[in-house]
Amino acid sequence: MSIELKGVTKRFGRVAAVNNVTFSVKEGELMALLGPSGGGKTTVLRMIAGLEMPTSGDVFIRGRRVNNLSVQQRNIGFVFQNYALFKNMNVFKNIAFGLKIKKWKAADIRARIDELLTLFGLEGLEQRYPHQLSGGQRQRVAIARALAPKPNVLLLDEPFGAVDAKIRQELREWLVTLHHDLNVTTIFVTHDQEEALEVANRIVIFSGGVLEQVGTPREVYEQPANEFVARFIGAMNVLEPEVRGGVARLGELEFPASGQPDGQKLRIGFRPYAVQITSDLTQHRYRAVLRHTFFLGVLLRVELELPSGLTIRARMTKEEYAHQGLEDGKEVSFQIRQYRVLAGAAAALPPESELGYQAPPLLGENI
Amino acid sequence: MSPRGTEESPVAKWVLIAIALAFSFVFLLLPLVNVFAQALAYGWAHYWQSLVKPDSLAAIRLTLLVAAVTVPLNVLFGLAAAWAIAKFDFTGKPILITLIDLPFSISPVVAGLMLVVLFGLQGFFGQWLDAHNFKIIFAVPGIVLATIFVTFPFVARELIPVMQATGTEQEEAALTLGANGWQTFWHVTLPSVKWGLIYGIILCNARAMGEFGAVSVVSGHIAGQTETMPLRVEALYQGATEGSAAAAFAVASLLALLALLTLGIKTFLEWRQARTQKLIVGRVDS
Amino acid sequence: MARQQFRVLPGFGLTMGFTLFYLSAIVLIPFAGLVVRTLELSWADFWRLATTDRALAAYRLTFGASLVAAVANAMFGTLLAWVLVRYEFPGRRFIDAMVDFPFALPTAVAGLTLANLFAANGWLGQYFVPLGIKGAFTPLGVVIALTFVGLPFVVRTLQPVLQNLEPEVEEAAATLGAGRLRTFVAVIAPSLLPAVLTGFALAFARAIGEFGSIVFISGNLPFKTEIAPYLIVMRLEEYDYTGAIALAVVLLVFSFLLLGVINLLEHWSSRFQH
Repeated sequence: MSIELKGVTKRFGRVAAVNNVTFSVKEGELMALLGPSGGGKTTVLRMIAGLEMPTSGDVFIRGRRVNNLSVQQRNIGFVFQNYALFKNMNVFKNIAFGLKIKKWKAADIRARIDELLTLFGLEGLEQRYPHQLSGGQRQRVAIARALAPKPNVLLLDEPFGAVDAKIRQELREWLVTLHHDLNVTTIFVTHDQEEALEVANRIVIFSGGVLEQVGTPREVYEQPANEFVARFIGAMNVLEPEVRGGVARLGELEFPASGQPDGQKLRIGFRPYAVQITSDLTQHRYRAVLRHTFFLGVLLRVELELPSGLTIRARMTKEEYAHQGLEDGKEVSFQIRQYRVLAGAAAALPPESELGYQAPPLLGENI
Repeated sequence: MSPRGTEESPVAKWVLIAIALAFSFVFLLLPLVNVFAQALAYGWAHYWQSLVKPDSLAAIRLTLLVAAVTVPLNVLFGLAAAWAIAKFDFTGKPILITLIDLPFSISPVVAGLMLVVLFGLQGFFGQWLDAHNFKIIFAVPGIVLATIFVTFPFVARELIPVMQATGTEQEEAALTLGANGWQTFWHVTLPSVKWGLIYGIILCNARAMGEFGAVSVVSGHIAGQTETMPLRVEALYQGATEGSAAAAFAVASLLALLALLTLGIKTFLEWRQARTQKLIVGRVDS
Repeated sequence: MARQQFRVLPGFGLTMGFTLFYLSAIVLIPFAGLVVRTLELSWADFWRLATTDRALAAYRLTFGASLVAAVANAMFGTLLAWVLVRYEFPGRRFIDAMVDFPFALPTAVAGLTLANLFAANGWLGQYFVPLGIKGAFTPLGVVIALTFVGLPFVVRTLQPVLQNLEPEVEEAAATLGAGRLRTFVAVIAPSLLPAVLTGFALAFARAIGEFGSIVFISGNLPFKTEIAPYLIVMRLEEYDYTGAIALAVVLLVFSFLLLGVINLLEHWSSRFQH
């Protein structure tokens, strides 16, 4: 294991920003710390770096307990959210800073910087100052600076937050390639679940300082450990039908619930792609009116309104939409192919109930 | 009312400008020019003579000495205080800042009085000092202490906002790259407060050289020994000889030149900073 | 378990320690000395020393002249700030830089040159004295000198506020039919008021403590043109330490009250800005 956290808690005053967190990072892994703002992920990152000290619990880097090791001694590379480039130094001096501290010879520094400039596509920019660089360039200088002294671990705090959407996409792909080439253990913090799913080998999900789930992108998407994760990763319709006579009902919708007592309310969740819509009113069990269509490129998001007033979100490809001859205001029939029972934050969930054809999970859904 | 309705009429504008110019002329320009005019009232030869008289030279030397001791000490204080206040959180910060601002609200005479209460013959340490033949009041150390009291906030007050504005991230980045405290301070923090530091130094220096009230109380006005330039100006002004008034103006002209130099450097620094700001703002992120 | 403060940036102990040491040596200990000596006085003695006729005359002059000077600075300072921020005219940059001149010039030199200007044979005095405006060796002279030293305060406090005023507000008033003067009085002036008051208070505080320039221009005649700080020096020269201390304490108390007022004003004014 490259990095391990065991029972780590961090309190600021009485508030626990990080609450009893335990997980480990494999050598060479690219891991994402994901969660809503204020969830504690940046604090965890800073504790690994040594910029914060845990209130309790232990941090291990390569098997060695580092709680009392100063940040200078941990040999980590840290990339700050706003890059924190040294404003009074040019690109060369910025990247060379860590090497000078470690007393590398001038020729070695020169060679290493040249290597990094080429790797990061920054050739010709070494005399420029931070304020003369674009956002994407500053980003890369910050990462180059952190990597120059060959650290054990690379830590990035919301690396793509401050950049335009288009650049963000390119930088994401570039980071994946970089990690593949250099094979440095990398941990990055993000609140963007799309980014985490696309880039990371494994994801740790935080909320309110608590670790909700650790897993590969596929695992957290297909087998969310609790309702929070299920709703945070991808989009989800959530309903609360009431059980009566072994069936949970809400409006027209019915879900099998044998063995459940009458009056019990279940929380049911299903992904938009799991709703199968057809214009043939006899084909499926339920009816609805297609209220609104949102054009998202290859996919369309569709809002269905049921006679009882319930609104459900569905998703389908352009081709399917056209094939069914759908449009706003049209009456359709639909069925819910897969759903799961959400039991709340702590309990694990029964596996998803399938009703036949399973569409491949669509990564990066955001309602 | 002008056609646009959102600006004053040209007449109103020029009346206001005229009044402002008149006010500036009477209160800013005339006093400045008058110093030099009166200094040269008896011609350049007399001007030069006044400056090289032994007592005047002694005054110039003493002023320079006091500044040379005061300013570096205050810079040290300013850097330390700004670092502690800007980069850390701790309880009692507002109290500390108020303490630093204190000299601005105390009359310099009161400051001098406080030193007399401590170190004068009747003062708390008076007997001890007398026994060891060490003079603070009516001697140079007293003048230095009085000047330090009155001028120590200047550097700190310039540095604190600048250090606060740059935040702590650059320093943290330096730490992650292996730098210790001194390396971080020297390579990262100090360059980022360059202009604020320079401005603080020239302000501190101007006030240190020009301080009158506090020094007047503690110095004893001993010509040739404990007279700084401002005190020398006073002594010459009260002198009875013909041309001693002009001599007073001659010494005063040096101080006025210092003031102009201070203003010039300040304007230059502000121009420099505005130019760098434009460079940063003008660059569009691609 | 002892709570250990972890600070990632180094140097807190060292810098804080030095700062406190410096402050103690330079400010706190002298202060303490004064307080101790003051407490040695009985209340009756203190009162007697602090309220002699000569002292009362000195207070009247000090506070009175400072008030007049601060008011003058408030008025002309506002005008000057307005003209500097809003208009373009030859010499604007020069005047803008010169506003700080009273701040950079030693007070002794200020007093010297002003006294000379307004004396009977001075450049201004030769016109003013026959008209009855006597600037030297009179309370008027004190006011003039205090106006000079306080000049930058209102201007510099007001300039950033003026620069940050939104032109849209004035345009809105114009679209609603308000003339320029009306707009100024009803819309612009109220948003400038906190800054003007702050500058006024700063100039007032500065004037009360002023010593160097007054010494030259006032003639220091007891009961007529003697300011409170000068009386302190007089008493010291007569070895009347307790008398000097009593006066100093009165000035200090007033200064601190004023400091409190200024802090409140700045707090109030900063809330208006956002």
